[in-house]
Amino acid sequence: MTETGAAALVLENVHKSFGKTEVLRGIDLAVDEHQVVCLIGSSGSGKSTLLRCVNLLEPIDEGRILVAGRDITAAGVNVNEVRKGIGIVFQAFNLFPHMTVLSNVTLGPRKALDLPRAQAEARALELLSRFGLADRRGDYPDRLSGGQQQRVAILRALAMQPKLLLLDEVTSALDPELVSEVLQLIRELAEGGITMVVATHEMGFARDIADRVCFLDAGVILEEGPPDKIFSEPREPRTQQFLARIVAAGRL
Amino acid sequence: MSARGRGEGRRGVVIALVSTVVVFTAIGFAIVNAPGWPEVKAQFFDWSEFKATFPDVLDAFWLNVKLFCIAEVIILPLALLLAIVRSLPGPVFFPLRILAIAYTDFFRGVPTILVIVTLGFGAPALQLRGVPQSTTFWGIVSLVLVYTAYVSEVYRAGIESVHPSQNAAARSLGLNHLQSVWYVVVPQAVRRVIPPLLNDFIGLQKDTALVGILGAIEAFKQTQIDQAASFNFTSSVCAAVLFVAITIPLARFTDWLVARDRRRQFAGAPA
Repeated sequence: MTETGAAALVLENVHKSFGKTEVLRGIDLAVDEHQVVCLIGSSGSGKSTLLRCVNLLEPIDEGRILVAGRDITAAGVNVNEVRKGIGIVFQAFNLFPHMTVLSNVTLGPRKALDLPRAQAEARALELLSRFGLADRRGDYPDRLSGGQQQRVAILRALAMQPKLLLLDEVTSALDPELVSEVLQLIRELAEGGITMVVATHEMGFARDIADRVCFLDAGVILEEGPPDKIFSEPREPRTQQFLARIVAAGRL
Repeated sequence: MSARGRGEGRRGVVIALVSTVVVFTAIGFAIVNAPGWPEVKAQFFDWSEFKATFPDVLDAFWLNVKLFCIAEVIILPLALLLAIVRSLPGPVFFPLRILAIAYTDFFRGVPTILVIVTLGFGAPALQLRGVPQSTTFWGIVSLVLVYTAYVSEVYRAGIESVHPSQNAAARSLGLNHLQSVWYVVVPQAVRRVIPPLLNDFIGLQKDTALVGILGAIEAFKQTQIDQAASFNFTSSVCAAVLFVAITIPLARFTDWLVARDRRRQFAGAPA
């Protein structure tokens, strides 16, 4: 039921509660193909939950989510099939510690896509070489720096050749000097045209790569627009306050 | 290491050596000179009795080895299967989960000796066609039933100790629940529970002696036969030596295995 010209991702009135806490309170969002949308907002505003809902790691309570025009939150949808087309990268990397870098990157293609080992490894090595990690292919994650681990985690998601990539504060757990290598990789992906939704605290980075920035506050998208507009002349007082705090913290 | 560190290291070795020799000599001296030692020695540590009974006890001990080897080979995969069944999500698997829980609760709670006697004497007494009469067979069945319950709980503890984010990462790649469990969760879980698994394996080895109650001539039963003939308990020491001769190397081997795995996986693990 793929509609031609449909947006890559659409969220309609998405609600999500954990117990009595309503984390998402009616999210509406549309992301076009090849677009990079950045989600900003303070901790607890719902950025991570939004991404986890899109990946169906969390079931939503109300509303619907469409990927390439297809309702992925409808009853009877095969979640495994949906997830094969949506990559997600987590703040804490979540690499598989008992597997080498190469096995981490080939697990998805081999088991979920049924690719033969040789083909999966060729694909993985091509990715690892392109991003300067080929020499670490036999290493276990714990031997890598945080920046390298997160780059491997991004490549693990990319090896599935997803239509949509979700990045959940992927630099928040990194030492400051390791942030740039990860951001550089994401920049290259953005230039390559992959559709991305990026939750981030790196405002400078968001300003650089985003086609659109959404400010989340208490479970709703309070304000959205092109980065220049949001960062230079935010309309909402809450957005202004948030950005003022960021500026005060020296992060913009 | 600094020169001072090296010097202190050497001094430490010398001190440990001297104090060990002193302590053990003192203990040995105290035992040998204790009142009643000659009687104890004659009753439990009689060398000629040891030489006379050892071959028979060793022969019988092979049955113990057979029992725990066959049982363990069945227990390890069966218990893992049980633990995985217990982890299955969703309402469809509710009856399976209930069965797995009931099984574990029951066989963990019932004394092993009760299971062995009930099955070992009871099942052959049914005289049903196709039901084996062999005490070895029923001994193995009983040990498998009891130890599978224990070992599945060990696996389950391991599975639950793996952070949910690992499962989330696997599922986000499009792996289904069983693939995620099998390729991501179980390998990490098993590595973590190798020491308690060894614990249960040693327990199993010792409990093979209970099968002697059914009349099978295993090491414990053989020592009873020897003792009935000689009224000397040195044969018990024979059996003890044999059991320990298996456990100690096994424990060291497992330690080595775990250490090797840690070295490979973790930076900064002691080489």
